[in-house]
Amino acid sequence: MSNFFATRKGIISVGLVIGGLAALLQYLGNPGNMGICVACFERDIAGAVGLHRAGVVQYMRPEIIGFVLGALGAAFVGKDFRPRAGSAPIVRFILGAFAMIGALVFLGCPWRAVLRLAGGDLNSLFGLAGLIVGIGVGTMFFRQGYNLGRSQKTYWSVGLLMPLLMVGFLVLMFLYPQVADQPKTDVLFYSLKGPGAMHAPLLISLGVGLLVGVLAQRSRFCTMGAFRDLILFKQVHLLSGVVALLVAAFALNLVLGQFNLGFDGQPVAHTQGLWNFMGMLLAGLCFALAGGCPGRQLFLAGEGDGDAAVFVLGMIVGAGFAHNFGLASSPKGVGPHGIAAVFIGLAVCLFIGFTMRKKAA
Amino acid sequence: MKESIDARGLSCPQPVLDTLAKIEAMGSGELEVLVDTEASKENVSRAVQAKGWRVESITEDNGEYCLKLAGD
Repeated sequence: MSNFFATRKGIISVGLVIGGLAALLQYLGNPGNMGICVACFERDIAGAVGLHRAGVVQYMRPEIIGFVLGALGAAFVGKDFRPRAGSAPIVRFILGAFAMIGALVFLGCPWRAVLRLAGGDLNSLFGLAGLIVGIGVGTMFFRQGYNLGRSQKTYWSVGLLMPLLMVGFLVLMFLYPQVADQPKTDVLFYSLKGPGAMHAPLLISLGVGLLVGVLAQRSRFCTMGAFRDLILFKQVHLLSGVVALLVAAFALNLVLGQFNLGFDGQPVAHTQGLWNFMGMLLAGLCFALAGGCPGRQLFLAGEGDGDAAVFVLGMIVGAGFAHNFGLASSPKGVGPHGIAAVFIGLAVCLFIGFTMRKKAA
Repeated sequence: MKESIDARGLSCPQPVLDTLAKIEAMGSGELEVLVDTEASKENVSRAVQAKGWRVESITEDNGEYCLKLAGD
């Protein structure tokens, strides 16, 4: 295989680099056990552009911008930029929105679930268990013929729209930089306290994002796919990358004094085990039905996949809903309507899973 | 007769699922799989090799890949 990053050694190398960089970003200012969290960072972006007004989680995260643009660059260099779209976009949007809601009930995406564990947060074990069960339910639908349908080749400009949106976000960030003690600089909102106020220096975050985008695009790194492939095909290729991420983050956390074992007092986390489980069950099912974890959806969007871009937009809008309507958790526990949202989300996923099977068509 | 699968436009993991189902049904023989992303090309190659099949050749034409697979 000509692509080194698609080999076993390649995916392990990528996992080690991502895990190490995540721990480093946390050391440089990102929130605890949140060196990289696609769900949290997209939620912060939703806040930065005013889709929600939760003052503690508003920041235009450069890592997300870097992921997409890094993947775009890697796809161009690797001749892997393939503009395509048209595979059940509304379904992908809805799955993205509920994936975000589930992730925000747990407080993290699959990447953060692993990073939380690497930082000693044992609450993440419930989240990881829920993620695996959710993915397991998704694989049952795949075995029964679930299919979102074919995408079509399309104009190159379609494939560039999500990267261009990210360029626009970056331009906004430079045009309206954070000003000390100001919660808003013209069009962008900035948190003055809470997780949104915690961030590594902009250029370092952007650089890490670009590098991760390149590596993950070439390696097809996917935390959901890691568990799905194990369940569906008994393959451990992707899982070896995720384990490498865990090991690297754990080791670096120990070195940097960022490891704190236990359930209580963990950063940006709550101790309601059932809802950590259920939130990630919903998220995992959404990721499985959509074909990729939130990070993978960003990298796919960077390589021209318009359907993955729709999922990403669904997640950003879902973050707005989650914080506007009390669905998201906080360190105190589940939001006032979080439990209802999880059940509604699961019902929607089951509706999609049961009705979008070839046998049901 | 050579069997074939058109997995173009299908997102992950559908190309692998379809291919594995086909080789399980065939048992042995030759199979041609069409995919249109590099990721699908890699995933299908990896999956069939894990099942003891060989990737005889991969050809590219206008961004689409044709994988010729064989199993004894």
